[in-house]
Amino acid sequence: MEPETAFSAIGEDLICIGRVTVFLQQFANALALGSVYALFAIGFTLIFGVLEIITLAHGTIFMVGAFAGLLAVTKLHLGLGPAILTAMLAAGTLGWVIDLVAVRPLRKRSFHHLAPMIATIGCATFITSIAQGLFGAEAYRFPFDFVPATSYTLGPVQLTLLQLIIIAISFAFMVIIIVLLHKTKWGKAVRAVAENRRTAALLGIPVDRVYQITSFTAGALGGAAGILTGINFNTIHAFMGGPMLHRGIAVVILGGMGDIRGALLGGLILGFSEIMSVAYISSDFRDAVSFGLLFLILLLKPAGIFGRTGERKV
Amino acid sequence: MGEFLASTWYTYNTLLYTIFVNGMLALSIYLTLACGQLSLGNAAFMGMGAYTAAILTMKAGAPFGIALIAGGALPALVALIIGIPTLRLSGVYLAMATLGFGEVVRVAFLNMSITGGSLGLNGVPAKTEFWHLLLVMGILIYFFVKLKSSRFGRALEAINEDETAASVMGIRTTLFKVWAFAAGAFIAGVAGGLNAHFTFFVSPREYGFEFAVDILTFAILGGTQTFWGPIVGSTILTLLPELLRFMGPYRLALNGLILLFVVIYLPNGIVSRDTFKKKADRG
Repeated sequence: MEPETAFSAIGEDLICIGRVTVFLQQFANALALGSVYALFAIGFTLIFGVLEIITLAHGTIFMVGAFAGLLAVTKLHLGLGPAILTAMLAAGTLGWVIDLVAVRPLRKRSFHHLAPMIATIGCATFITSIAQGLFGAEAYRFPFDFVPATSYTLGPVQLTLLQLIIIAISFAFMVIIIVLLHKTKWGKAVRAVAENRRTAALLGIPVDRVYQITSFTAGALGGAAGILTGINFNTIHAFMGGPMLHRGIAVVILGGMGDIRGALLGGLILGFSEIMSVAYISSDFRDAVSFGLLFLILLLKPAGIFGRTGERKV
Repeated sequence: MGEFLASTWYTYNTLLYTIFVNGMLALSIYLTLACGQLSLGNAAFMGMGAYTAAILTMKAGAPFGIALIAGGALPALVALIIGIPTLRLSGVYLAMATLGFGEVVRVAFLNMSITGGSLGLNGVPAKTEFWHLLLVMGILIYFFVKLKSSRFGRALEAINEDETAASVMGIRTTLFKVWAFAAGAFIAGVAGGLNAHFTFFVSPREYGFEFAVDILTFAILGGTQTFWGPIVGSTILTLLPELLRFMGPYRLALNGLILLFVVIYLPNGIVSRDTFKKKADRG
């Protein structure tokens, strides 16, 4: 939507205060949804930027994070904070293991660019099937009132405590990642490897360690997105990773592959598009929105919002 | 003896038919893999073909042959629409776009009234004869044998080896990639039409991401250097579940492990170019 039409749409809405309130309320909902998408997509884009592979196991990592958080709450009776940490630890470890088992052996020799992607599909299928065997196909829920249903009124908008937590945590992690990448020695090493792995190796950067740390970090972010989504929609099941993976892909292509700012902006755009299409068109469209957006961007600006075409040749 | 053969045929003819259909699907993904592209939409294309052909024979009373060709043509057309923007780019864009596309198609099957919603289509007429499968497979094998030494086949191989070099040599890479993708969609659609007319029903749940991964596993296990690989891979993997029924829900886990194992330890699959070379040397 062009800014002008957006403003005129808002202008029309001003006729009725109630409609503005609905719009602002949807705005808040979209922010909560979009920030989780962004959190998920940042891990995905980090792997692409540094390891130069598309990890189609990221949705599975997300699902494992959600289940780890759920088990931490229901079996170990942990609170929200420790549960999120457990989810991140479990998902991060899984990310690291997938790198070790599926991606690292392929790094050792020159491989076809499809090989690591297919290897991650193998991992995803394996883990999803195991999760289905362990947990069945039914959906699990967090205990009632796990996050108190308090809500805060900000002008005309009501934000639930849960939405506030989700937005705050997502943005906190995104800021932490960006600061880590740009202000620390570790971040410098990661960016050097992303730029050129051979040169980085020649400069004495332990490239393999950087890959492992990146895989863990990306997995941990995916796990955080998993538990937050699990609490937000209050359904956790073995197949929740698939739809999220599709959205992650749409977000990453929208923002430009391997670009953190792009993942952030793309996540918010997708969140807004979904919420607004459900609110103003039809809920049947929700699943088609991410693909429609993806297709549109491939048609118009395939490199994405922040993408630089022609930089990466092969 | 005759009785034994007849009863064996009745027990296993569906399995035999499925081997042929899966072989066609493996060949459909092989066409895109042969030019270095990954399509995760072939299950969706198969579903489109199954629905199109079944609707035509059930509701319009169309002849089976016409229904099959229409069942191939519709996915091929859709493949052109998806392929043209995504295949202008090299790399992984097709894989990502087809992954999302497969999901949209699944949701569409579930929600449209002409596809019967979540119930799918029941009572599809039994039209598929064994010779239909033999004929289609024969045509495909002829096509792939001819492809190997044709301009088209060599262009795909060049693109697979090095896309930049191929385009510098004057090969219109996008054109060839789009054709390979659309032809693959056509094959998958026809396979879907054939499948619907011997299983007698089309369900919206059969054509999701899991089946797209199955199709990929057929081709990767068999090997993608020659077109025999996908056929061998699909035959093995279609027979395997019959032997592994005891695994129940964990059967898919095995699929994942096979995919991982083959990519890492057997990158050329079971049937590679060397398989034929060695035989030729010996002879």
